Order: sequence, then structure tokens, then C-alpha cells
Amino acid sequence: MAEKKIIDARGSFCPGPLMELIAGIKMVEIGDEIEVLSTDKGSAAEIPQWLKKVGHEHLGSHEEAGVWHVNLKRTK
Amino acid sequence: MELNKISVVVLSDKREQLQMAAMIASVGAVSGNEVLVFLSMNALRYFVKGADEKAPCEGPVGELMEQKNVPPFKILFEQAVTLGDAKIHPCSMAMDVLGIEQGGLEGYIGEPMGLTMFLDECKGGQVWSF
Repeated sequence: MAEKKIIDARGSFCPGPLMELIAGIKMVEIGDEIEVLSTDKGSAAEIPQWLKKVGHEHLGSHEEAGVWHVNLKRTK
Repeated sequence: MELNKISVVVLSDKREQLQMAAMIASVGAVSGNEVLVFLSMNALRYFVKGADEKAPCEGPVGELMEQKNVPPFKILFEQAVTLGDAKIHPCSMAMDVLGIEQGGLEGYIGEPMGLTMFLDECKGGQVWSF
């Protein structure tokens, strides 16, 4: 498994972080993990819903000093 | 994953309307839906190749979007195509009225489409109008 890819979408508003994730997920292999950093609360909620809909694995989310960290694994 | 057909009719030249249309098109497309966007009336001029006219705001949210880092609607429409395989077509009537030639629109915009074809394409799916 490759090193976890970080997608830094801090400062971008919905649907910017999601679109950055979608562009980024195409660049990693199946099984690789990604962490999205977002200051947009709506996107932090939206990304796990998108993962569930399209079938990638949501590994968890947490907030730290105003930044949401959304962790996921590409599964297909 | 359930595949839905989503058609978005974009007519307005106002920032908020264009933004919401682009958000539905882009998020819809990258979520595995079949998205068709039909550009007509006052919305079409923003998609002329090289157009840099700013869309006027309807209210305070539009003005706030200008100030904050909200993705521009044209970028979102392009991402709908490049990341989600959405199809975006200009209305053939609006092309004629505005005198826009083939190839005069941004590269991610498809061929002109008439209403007969559009109405047939959007049959049985969600239709959103802005």
C-alpha cells in the first residue's frame, strides 16, 4: 500500500473539497488511503455520504482546530 | 449503486442560479448519475470561448460567494464533464439568436441540441431548471 495521500482542500467551499477528492481518487491505487483536509463543515458531512453512495470506505472523520480530517480508502 | 438520470436546464444569467445549477450538475455527475445540462437563453453567453464577463449577483449570498473561495460555476460545469462524464449541450435556438458558430463555445460543451431531442433525452428522470 502506498503512503496515505493528503488532499488539502482547506479554504475551499462546497463542493470544492469533494471535487478535489474525486480528482485525487483517480490518481491512487485501489486499497490506498486518502485524507481530505477541509475547513468547510458542509463538505465534511457531504464527503462520507458520497463515499457511501459510490462504495468507497469511510475510515473516519475528526475535527481539529477548525479543520475536518476525512479518512477513506479507495475500494474499487 | 442506483443510476439516475438528471437533466439541468440553465437559463439564468445570475450568479446564484448558475452556481446552484453547476453544483447539481457536478455533484450529480460524480455520484454516478447520468447528467445532461441544457444551456439556453441568458446563460449561454458565459460559455462562449474566452468569455470573462462576471455574472451579476441576485443578493447577498452571491456577493459573499464572490468574496470567498467558492468554486466558479464554469469550473464546476467543466468538472461535471471531465470527472463525471456529464453531457452539456447548448440550445440550438440560442446559438442561432446569439450568432454563435460551431466551435465558438468552451471545449467541454457538446454539439447544439434542439428541444425535441432534449425532451426525449430527459424523459423519465429528474429535471431541474435554473
